[in-house]
Amino acid sequence: MNATELNKNVAPPPSDEDVITINKANKWYGNFHVLKDVDLTVRRGERIVICGPSGSGKSTLIRCLNRLEAYQTGEITVDGILLGDDIKNIEAVRREVCMVFQHFNLFPHMTVLENLTLAPIWVRKTSKKEAVELAMHYLERVRIGEQAHKYPGQLSGGQQQRVAIARSLCMQPKIMLFDEPTSALDPEMVKEVLDVMVELAKEGMTMLCVTHEMGFAKEVADRVVFMDAGEIVEMGEPREFFANPKSERTKLFLSQILSH
Amino acid sequence: MATSTQLPPGPSGTSSQRAIGWVRKNLFNSWFNSVLTILAIAFVVWIVPPIFEWAFVKATLTPSIEACRAVSGACWGFVNANLRLIIFGVYPYDEQWRPLLAMVILLGIIIASLASVKYPRLQKLVLPMWGLGIPAIAILMWGGILGLTYVQNSSWGGLPLTLILSTIGVVFAFPLGLLLALGRQSHMPAIKTISVVYIEVIRGVPLITVLFMASVMFPLFLPEGVSIDKLLRAQIGIILFTAAYLAEVFRGGLQAVPRGQFEAGDSLGLSYWQSMRLIILPQALRLVIPPTVNSFISMFKDTTLVVIIGLFDLLGGVKLALRSDPAWTKYYVEGYLFAAAIFFLICYSMARYSAYLEKELRKGERR
Ligand SMILES: Nc1ncnc2c1ncn2[C@@H]1O[C@H](COP(=O)(O)OP(=O)(O)OP(=O)(O)O)[C@@H](O)[C@H]1O
Ligand SMILES: [Mg+2]
Repeated sequence: MNATELNKNVAPPPSDEDVITINKANKWYGNFHVLKDVDLTVRRGERIVICGPSGSGKSTLIRCLNRLEAYQTGEITVDGILLGDDIKNIEAVRREVCMVFQHFNLFPHMTVLENLTLAPIWVRKTSKKEAVELAMHYLERVRIGEQAHKYPGQLSGGQQQRVAIARSLCMQPKIMLFDEPTSALDPEMVKEVLDVMVELAKEGMTMLCVTHEMGFAKEVADRVVFMDAGEIVEMGEPREFFANPKSERTKLFLSQILSH
Repeated sequence: MATSTQLPPGPSGTSSQRAIGWVRKNLFNSWFNSVLTILAIAFVVWIVPPIFEWAFVKATLTPSIEACRAVSGACWGFVNANLRLIIFGVYPYDEQWRPLLAMVILLGIIIASLASVKYPRLQKLVLPMWGLGIPAIAILMWGGILGLTYVQNSSWGGLPLTLILSTIGVVFAFPLGLLLALGRQSHMPAIKTISVVYIEVIRGVPLITVLFMASVMFPLFLPEGVSIDKLLRAQIGIILFTAAYLAEVFRGGLQAVPRGQFEAGDSLGLSYWQSMRLIILPQALRLVIPPTVNSFISMFKDTTLVVIIGLFDLLGGVKLALRSDPAWTKYYVEGYLFAAAIFFLICYSMARYSAYLEKELRKGERR
């Protein structure tokens, strides 16, 4: 913590401890092989950006990490807990891992504040008062405190996504997953959401983020992972990854997204 | 303004000018609409005055056969003379204050529960009210304690019976329908199959058959010596029947909630039942308020079918009154109109409440 206070612009290096290990994970939808022998190890405090063409299995991969999707063979361990069919393990993992979705998925029938306090009260069994304090704290952090009593439908897309991030933070997760958090937003709102994510990254949160925001990748990622057709084709430290992509598929992909 | 009568008067015109403008714009804007308007007016002029004359001008309220014979209009005297028989059926005459009080308590609880949407302070009282109200109603209706004489439930009747059957029907069919709807979506094959078979079988037969089965067939399956009384069997029949319909209504609502809502609940670590109760059902049920109330209205009217197994509900009460004296028999129109008016009043209130509830719940959510 102290290091970040002193130097806000430098993200702390990840620790040596592995917090997620994916070992030869395979998944099929019927006959369709979505994930092919995926291997990936994430260290605590590491920030990973996952990119790749549409349909390459990025969403599927991160959704396997909190068991929104099941995988068929291989092994995924999150924070020391083996993710399989055991419901206890699944619940334990979900308490530590939060996900931010492309379409926010806020609860439309609850106010912003109720959206934030719901899980702490029912899952963490926090008292109502504490949950509200926590919620207000994180709402201020995403710079949206004054909207606490509105309904999600009354907010802009960018504001809704920041509420969604705050909702996840209220669970004080150890790991955060982002699935294209800015791709449903109007261009002028992308920055306000990325700013919040950059701040989080610099505080040492373990993050896995599917995104095509290459600026974000360059600024905060420790590693960029490139997926294509269900495989991890290449991964590397961002400067190296963007300057000298090794595989042809990566080169092609980068030339397509960077030409815009 | 005065010179150009062709122009539709603007908002600055007098109210009569505005009315003329409205009529022209809405009722006579094409020759076809003009013809329809004129036909409709002619129909109203033709039909309304005679009805009005029959029902009010030439009618009598005097509760005697002689008075009725003397007038050419409606004989409300029939209803007046037999009011207690129609409303309370064959419940012992001297004890009829008991069903009256029970009915007042029941309506009071229902109205307070419905009003709690608007007045959150009432919400804490809803459960205790039902908890105390239902035993109180049972004691009043059955008696047998507190110095009240015992009244068999086969002599319950009239409006109290209709209200009790349908209220208890709603209270039990609602949760059962919900479980069936969830069961139908379950990933567990056994639960899914049971729910689907149940829903489809019940939906495939008329209520009258269910009631017959409940009163004739059901006892055959019970072991010797065990008997469940007729009223309870009818009540169970109504619950089972309504639940199947409600299940399908709820399923529609559940399917309309986006998948992302389930995923958000899961990813926050909520359990299945927590997600259902806190996230999914509040949204799903809100979407299906109109068809749910629709089911309640049809169930309310269907309770009249208990007549076929020998219970006298409100409609049965009218029948009893008609039979009580052969002289009254020809005034069945008045009797049934009276019952229809009561049914209409209650059903229409339900419909209005449903519209109100929808509006109330949507407040704030969207601008
Ligand atoms: N429920 C499903 N059933 C069958 N196929 C599916 C299902 N969900 C995803 N797929 C397929 O799996 C593949 C990978 O999907 P996934 O959503 O992980 O891709 P993605 O990399 O996130 O793509 P995008 O950039 O478009 O979000 C796609 O080809 C998709 O069509
Ligand atoms: Mg995706």
